[in-house]
Amino acid sequence: MASEKEILELKQKAKDLRKELLTTIYNVQSGHPGGSLSAIDMMVALYHYRLNIKPKKPHWDDRDRFVLSKGHCSPALYSVLSDRNYFPKSELKNFRKINSLLQGHPELKTPGVDFAGGALGQGICFAVGIALAGKLDKKDYQVVAMIGDGEAQEGAVWEASMAAPHFKLDNMIAILDKNQIQETGKTEDVMDLGDVVAKWKAFGWNVIEINGHDMEACVNALDTAWDNKNGKPTMIISNTLKGKGVSFMELNHNFHGKAPNDEEYKNALEEIDNIDINTFK
Amino acid sequence: MTDEIATRDAYGSALLELGKKNKKVVALDADLGDSTRSLKFGEEFPERYFSMGIAEQDMMGAAAGLSVSGKIAYASTFAIFTERAFDFVRNIISRNNLNVKIAGSHVGIGVGMDGKSAQAIEDTSIYRTLPNMVILEPADAIETEKMVFGLADYEGSSYMRLNRNKVPNIHDKHYKFKIGKGEIIREGKDVTIFACGLPLHESLKAAEILKGKIDVCVVNMSSIKPIDEKLIIDQAKKTPHIFTAEDHNIIGGLGSAVAEVITSNHPVFVHRIGVNDQYAESGSPKELYEKYGLSAENIVERIKEVVK
Repeated sequence: MASEKEILELKQKAKDLRKELLTTIYNVQSGHPGGSLSAIDMMVALYHYRLNIKPKKPHWDDRDRFVLSKGHCSPALYSVLSDRNYFPKSELKNFRKINSLLQGHPELKTPGVDFAGGALGQGICFAVGIALAGKLDKKDYQVVAMIGDGEAQEGAVWEASMAAPHFKLDNMIAILDKNQIQETGKTEDVMDLGDVVAKWKAFGWNVIEINGHDMEACVNALDTAWDNKNGKPTMIISNTLKGKGVSFMELNHNFHGKAPNDEEYKNALEEIDNIDINTFK
Repeated sequence: MTDEIATRDAYGSALLELGKKNKKVVALDADLGDSTRSLKFGEEFPERYFSMGIAEQDMMGAAAGLSVSGKIAYASTFAIFTERAFDFVRNIISRNNLNVKIAGSHVGIGVGMDGKSAQAIEDTSIYRTLPNMVILEPADAIETEKMVFGLADYEGSSYMRLNRNKVPNIHDKHYKFKIGKGEIIREGKDVTIFACGLPLHESLKAAEILKGKIDVCVVNMSSIKPIDEKLIIDQAKKTPHIFTAEDHNIIGGLGSAVAEVITSNHPVFVHRIGVNDQYAESGSPKELYEKYGLSAENIVERIKEVVK
């Protein structure tokens, strides 16, 4: 449970990191703003509220693991990781540059990164393996895999979705960042996922559906998922908007993988500055 | 007559023995554990054995997840089906050089009756292009066992080719396997054949047939990557004719690996014996080896054509 004060702090953090991740992308004129903006609230809830981690010991055996399967949203991950002091904020300016600690898609060499994503559909399978090891070693850690809705078109997502309940992996949580947009358009037009709640329920998961921009809902969903020990993995369907917080990026597939230009950047920061965290969701 | 054992059987037995000694070892299979023999491990250690269903991608992904959690993950299925999960092998396992030991059984046209769909003739080639991947193809049961144990002490990604065909042991229990080392099995001064797996046995038979006429050196190149460059260069200097023999497409496999070393260091002609860039068919392994040019008699003919 998070107090009202804590929730407000988390909302403020998400607001700050929205600006930061856009700045990271703007500086190098490369990266994926849309999916980073849709995922940032949940990532803040994870890294600043729920995950049991020790940033000074990134490989601590008992840590909770976060698998960012939608690896193109690395700017959001790097923002929360640097905010938790896994590496200095000054590294953000080297994002995607030669010799950088911060690769275009996450690599294991970056402190705090537990999964090297980039090829969609793989992280949730990888998380199954980590959860199996956790059960085998009788560890208490949770493994959390965040996937995209476009990503769920990959068949391997469903292989893992079958395996996790089969192995009774109640130490595994998946989050579907359902931002509704993929590179070439609306997910429902490109390849409709249908009723994702019914689908994952039918696969044998606990399913929680929330507004993924409502910080209180994110926090509560994570708490519920952590507490689920009924032999089933938990899927959090996180309903979000691609580009959330910047009106001209919202639900706009052109900002899937395009950096804002000078004017867009200026306008975006202004819009984010104007976000009222009391009502934002 | 010595006992003949298939390398897949040796794999299952070795994995079981390794599992008894090393608690970090886990095994995964994609519903072919009966055929790859990984099920032997599973029967003894059900808690450390993960039958992933017919889902090779999830198997490779989960093997990777287990490996970053301190396990040594042996993931097996038919060689051909490991290829279905290629992007997982590339983008999780080899990209991060994770401690996953892939075993692909039923390689090459030696599979026989199952036909084209099961005959992996491209696996060595595709995995050879992945940085970090060690590629091994044992020639007999003893070498298989040494490899299974050796890989547990090697921190990194690997791919091992296995057969269902029974073969006699070339090695004895004192044999020491080392990643990156080739091994002269039979000395000879006229011709060197670099071979691995079943074609190594055919090469030895060919050398015996040619005895007294053409003196053939037979080298076991069970470590295809890394490959023993020094041994290849030495043999290229010592014997006037170089051959390779493998149950794989002549494009991209052992023959290519040997040729790459030779062209860069001591250019001589390299004669590659293998599957001649075509899909084979159903038939007994013996018939297929004869028809597609991999039998001892075929090797003899190829050598005679070159060495007049």
